[in-house]
Amino acid sequence: MEGHFESVERKAEAAHLGMWLFLASEVLLFGALFAVYSGCRVEFGADFVVASSHNSIAIGTTNTFVLVTSSLCAALAVHGARSGHLRRAAALLGVTVLFGLAFLVLKGVEYGEHFQSGIFPGSHYHYAELPTHGANAFFTLYYLMTALHGLHVTGGMLALGVVGHRAWRGGYSAERHLPLELSVLYWHLVDVIWLFLWPLLYLMH
Amino acid sequence: MTAPSLTLPRTVEEPPLLAPAAPADYLHGGGVRSWLLTRDHKRIAVMFLGATSLSLLLGGILALLLRVELLTPGPTIMSAGAYNRSFTMHGIVMVFMFMIPAIPTVFGNFLLPLMLGARDVAFPRLNLASFYVYLLGSAITLTSLVAGGADMGWTFYVPYSTTSPSAVANVAFGVFVLGLSSVMTGINFIVTVHTMRTAGLSWHRLPLFVWSLYGTSIIQVLATPVLGMSLLLVAADRLFGIGIFDPALGGDPLLFQHLFWFYSHPAVYIMILPAMGVISEVVCVYSRNPPASYRAIAYSSLGIALVGFLTWGHHLFVAGMSLFDGAVFGVLSMFVAVFSAIKVFTWTATLRRGSVSFETPMLYFFWFMFLFAFGGMTGVAVATSSLDIHWHDTYFVVAHFHFIMVGGTLTAYLAALHYWFPKFFGRRYNERWATIASVTVFVGFVLTFVPQFLLGNAGMPRRYYAYPPEFQWLNVLSTGGASILAAGMLLTLVELGYALAAGPRTERNPWGSRSYEWLSASPPPTENFENELVIARGPYDYHLPE
Repeated sequence: MEGHFESVERKAEAAHLGMWLFLASEVLLFGALFAVYSGCRVEFGADFVVASSHNSIAIGTTNTFVLVTSSLCAALAVHGARSGHLRRAAALLGVTVLFGLAFLVLKGVEYGEHFQSGIFPGSHYHYAELPTHGANAFFTLYYLMTALHGLHVTGGMLALGVVGHRAWRGGYSAERHLPLELSVLYWHLVDVIWLFLWPLLYLMH
Repeated sequence: MTAPSLTLPRTVEEPPLLAPAAPADYLHGGGVRSWLLTRDHKRIAVMFLGATSLSLLLGGILALLLRVELLTPGPTIMSAGAYNRSFTMHGIVMVFMFMIPAIPTVFGNFLLPLMLGARDVAFPRLNLASFYVYLLGSAITLTSLVAGGADMGWTFYVPYSTTSPSAVANVAFGVFVLGLSSVMTGINFIVTVHTMRTAGLSWHRLPLFVWSLYGTSIIQVLATPVLGMSLLLVAADRLFGIGIFDPALGGDPLLFQHLFWFYSHPAVYIMILPAMGVISEVVCVYSRNPPASYRAIAYSSLGIALVGFLTWGHHLFVAGMSLFDGAVFGVLSMFVAVFSAIKVFTWTATLRRGSVSFETPMLYFFWFMFLFAFGGMTGVAVATSSLDIHWHDTYFVVAHFHFIMVGGTLTAYLAALHYWFPKFFGRRYNERWATIASVTVFVGFVLTFVPQFLLGNAGMPRRYYAYPPEFQWLNVLSTGGASILAAGMLLTLVELGYALAAGPRTERNPWGSRSYEWLSASPPPTENFENELVIARGPYDYHLPE
């Protein structure tokens, strides 16, 4: 199973390094949006403050707790897998996916409220209370960042679902469960990115 | 798409030269399907060679059309609109489909595992995927041709790119997908260098080409996502009017320029660093000398990779930047010249007391040195903001970046193609014809772009369709040069095509190189090395017997 690697450890090392590099490129992908956000915030500081206070801190913070808890479950799943409790690991991954789903549902509720008050991205924005360019830019960025993040959440849920299913079916052992570790690593990145989006979009006013 | 045609005639009954009863080489065995689904890094490299060569051909034909159009001050063979679409496509194809991928995906893929004594790259399936993602990205990019072309220039500058009625979004998506392929290759190479080195191969025994690929890969992984996101935002601006960059919607076009150049300036080093790696190998082999300073070349590659991230602002001197910022970016840009000069001097010093021979790859080394030094010095000139204000957006800049980026990459690519041709295909090219082609390419290149330096300095702006009559003689010279360059490239194609079909069989290590890739048979067997390699010497130990 090591393929052309000299040992299992080497293969695991290569896979981890590859995943970390992929995560680095993901950070830079979001980094471009963070740069745009910084640029716009310098330009429309006051509008951003007003617009971000329109976002519900309750939903944003709840979602933060949801994601951090899901990451805890994912970490416990890795711990379980390493000590050979594959069924427990699979169950914990199932819980993680459910938390991910809860996150998306809350996000959907928030999107729905925005749509009702006329907050759409770009030129479709027609929220009467905040008719400024800055507020428009803020909400456009809000949609771009949360939608991209939401895609990553969805991708992570799919990955965790697949490895969780395989763990439940006995496809892994305490020694060999590399895909599980890597998927969880990815999930943590999704979580960490949200920890930056949360203050930028909800708290900084 | 091109792979099968490259397994051309090889007579089985030919008497074995030096490797009696050698195992079947990687080129043989299996049909088309085994090529298309291969995970062998060597076959993937050969498929990339076919695909990137087609890109080079397409970009070259577009360049010739542009030069023909510029023969006369007014309209010659095409409308102004067609001209805009042609130079856009020329830039896009050459930058994203040839110069960025060419050396890493062809020579990097083929040689990296061989140079590490490895069986393959770390992730062979990812490697094959990167090839198909490259094809997909190229296909999406080229759909813009069917959709009437795109005319925003390869730089996608906003607000024109968000308002142009042409097929900008196709190109933006295509380049995004090409970027994915680039990231996949980068991740694969970094992990390969870290984890696939054979016994005894310490970091300071790595061939210098490996160091340059390593530096390139870091830039690919870290810079490409930023470009990808920026281009997606441009596409979203067009499709949904999100107004991030478009000033009509309250966006900021300068922001786009910052993001674009944050990738696209390091992208210049994605193109030139692998070229520098090739040049480092070639100069050592043909002067039979170790590099004057191994560490100077290796570490300056990393220096360029890192400082390259901090110079993007020099593209914005006239776009609205404070004097202070301009000065900082100017000085940082000059640091790159310091690292490059370290390399140039080290290469030159490598020749000293060497036993220099003048085979075709070595000729390309000299062409590279001339173009790179000339292009580099004009680079320092345009990094000086006061001078740049005069030259900005003129043909001076066009000539500068063609000298350094195209001249550097193309000469190194051709050097690599000739130097490693026996390794790839087990055959020799004809030295006389290759020399003629090489001299033709160089003469054509210089004659194409020296007049453009003069044109730019005299004030001719880039991307203009028409020009005043007093510029005509220089434009005619430049077009003449481009024709000679095209003839040289065509001759190279014929000469190498002939060598592929009917060149004499080669021995394992025709150049007497000490680098590890020549320790396997030429062409290598599928598993690269018959026994596991143990490295007990450096890749440039010419004082030791082979």
